[in-house]
Amino acid sequence: MIMSIKMNSNHDIVIVGVGMTPLGEHWDLSIRELALQAISAARAEAPEILPQAFYVANMLAPALSRQSQLGALLADFAGLRGIEALTVEAAGASGGAALRQAFLALKSGMVQSALVVGVEKVTDRVGAEVDAAMATMTDADYEAVQGITPTAQAALLMRRYLHENGAPQDALAGFSLNAHANGATNPFAMFQKAIRLDQYIKAPMVSDPVNMFDASPIADGAAALLLVNADSIPSNVDNPLVKITASATSSSAVALHDQPDPLVINAAVVSTRKALEQANLTPDDIDIFELHDAFTIISALSLEAAGFADRGEGWKLAADGAIALDGKIPISTFGGSKARGEAGGATGVIQIVELVRQLQGLAGKNQVTGAKIGMAQCLGGIGATAVTHILTRLHGQ
Amino acid sequence: MELSQHWRLKQQRYGLVGEICPHCNYKIFPPRDICPDCGMDAKTTFQFSGKGEVYSFTTVHQAPAGHEENAPYTLALVQLEEGPMVSAQLTDLDNKAIEIGMPVEMVTRKLRSEGDRGLLIYGYKFRPMLKAA
Repeated sequence: MIMSIKMNSNHDIVIVGVGMTPLGEHWDLSIRELALQAISAARAEAPEILPQAFYVANMLAPALSRQSQLGALLADFAGLRGIEALTVEAAGASGGAALRQAFLALKSGMVQSALVVGVEKVTDRVGAEVDAAMATMTDADYEAVQGITPTAQAALLMRRYLHENGAPQDALAGFSLNAHANGATNPFAMFQKAIRLDQYIKAPMVSDPVNMFDASPIADGAAALLLVNADSIPSNVDNPLVKITASATSSSAVALHDQPDPLVINAAVVSTRKALEQANLTPDDIDIFELHDAFTIISALSLEAAGFADRGEGWKLAADGAIALDGKIPISTFGGSKARGEAGGATGVIQIVELVRQLQGLAGKNQVTGAKIGMAQCLGGIGATAVTHILTRLHGQ
Repeated sequence: MELSQHWRLKQQRYGLVGEICPHCNYKIFPPRDICPDCGMDAKTTFQFSGKGEVYSFTTVHQAPAGHEENAPYTLALVQLEEGPMVSAQLTDLDNKAIEIGMPVEMVTRKLRSEGDRGLLIYGYKFRPMLKAA
């Protein structure tokens, strides 16, 4: 297959180091320590690169850790005091949005190297306080005050989707089963165990029809990326290099009820289209789609928004195995948010780490054979923000 | 959420008052002063009837802080007959089965209490439309 990749600038933006922590309940690690673990792992892959800018992706630290200014805090803790540093927040899309800022800074030429770290510490608070913090991603005046939560938004969408499409109650089970099957062989995943269809069907309801296996678990975790302009690549990197071929963001209304069509994630439609145009690609060219499977319904809608399925048909991709590692459009290849874990601002960065390992051929038992072009997309709220990146190998297409 | 933030919204919470765009006639709720459809200024007050139908619904079992005493409660996306959609709790269901498309009407109810200070917040909920017997 012949592909032509269009560059918007002379510089390729290259990822020279990636790192992440396992996802789970890290009682012994503070937000600083989580971040530093990921940063150290990423920097170890290219130790001579000194970052010139530092972007933190985080959404809940002010609410759950009583801590803001993570840019300065984490840069200082990582031994980078004085560096240009800030936090980027776009709810669940914070990770992708932070990468976008790094990409723009590098593209401008004013910065030659950048460190992106996504980190979330959710286990220092429990129960209703966490739920209230999560509800800040909805419309405070017109959704949260009514008792709307992100889970309730997903439930409202899922019920309508199944109704409109005449789909069976377990139509979305395949997304959960696929995620858990892949998480089983990912040592960083929060849940490393496959699940069966009967377990999905019997799972307790959280907000009906969303059951426990439709909803991803939130976890502590961190991930980091070290990026450079192509003319600053160190000479002795061990692993194949991956570049950012496209970067695109779009926004929409925050409230689910304000979306022109609630069943179409418009921000994802626009963001994907812009990214594919930048890279001169079509959905058929994408070998892996790390979508944001915060809920099974979002997996279906994301596939439709990106053009992998027609409206109302996304659920069928889960039913017939198209989303498996050896399928037509592998998703959640390391377990996704559902099994690997959902770490808020870190998720968008983790998706990039996972795609990099896929494109480097270092994905182990989770390897998608012959993966050359990967697309990552993270969403803020119920699609208020969508950030899409397309990654390819720097050399040897 | 503190007193002034709720006080600002009382016309919307108690009266479902929105706007109508004088340029393209689009009905806007909640009011936002710039029409989301045509992008022009839209500050003309519009009174919604309170009638609508259920677009979707869900029963929340795991409630966030401030709503625990109401759990389980039922939320719906209600399509107002004039066009806009709102998120609201359903009330006065009396074990009636909820269906997508069910006609509903607005009522004013207590939404939640605000912690130790006991500030009570009222606003719109929707109940199945009552018909003459």
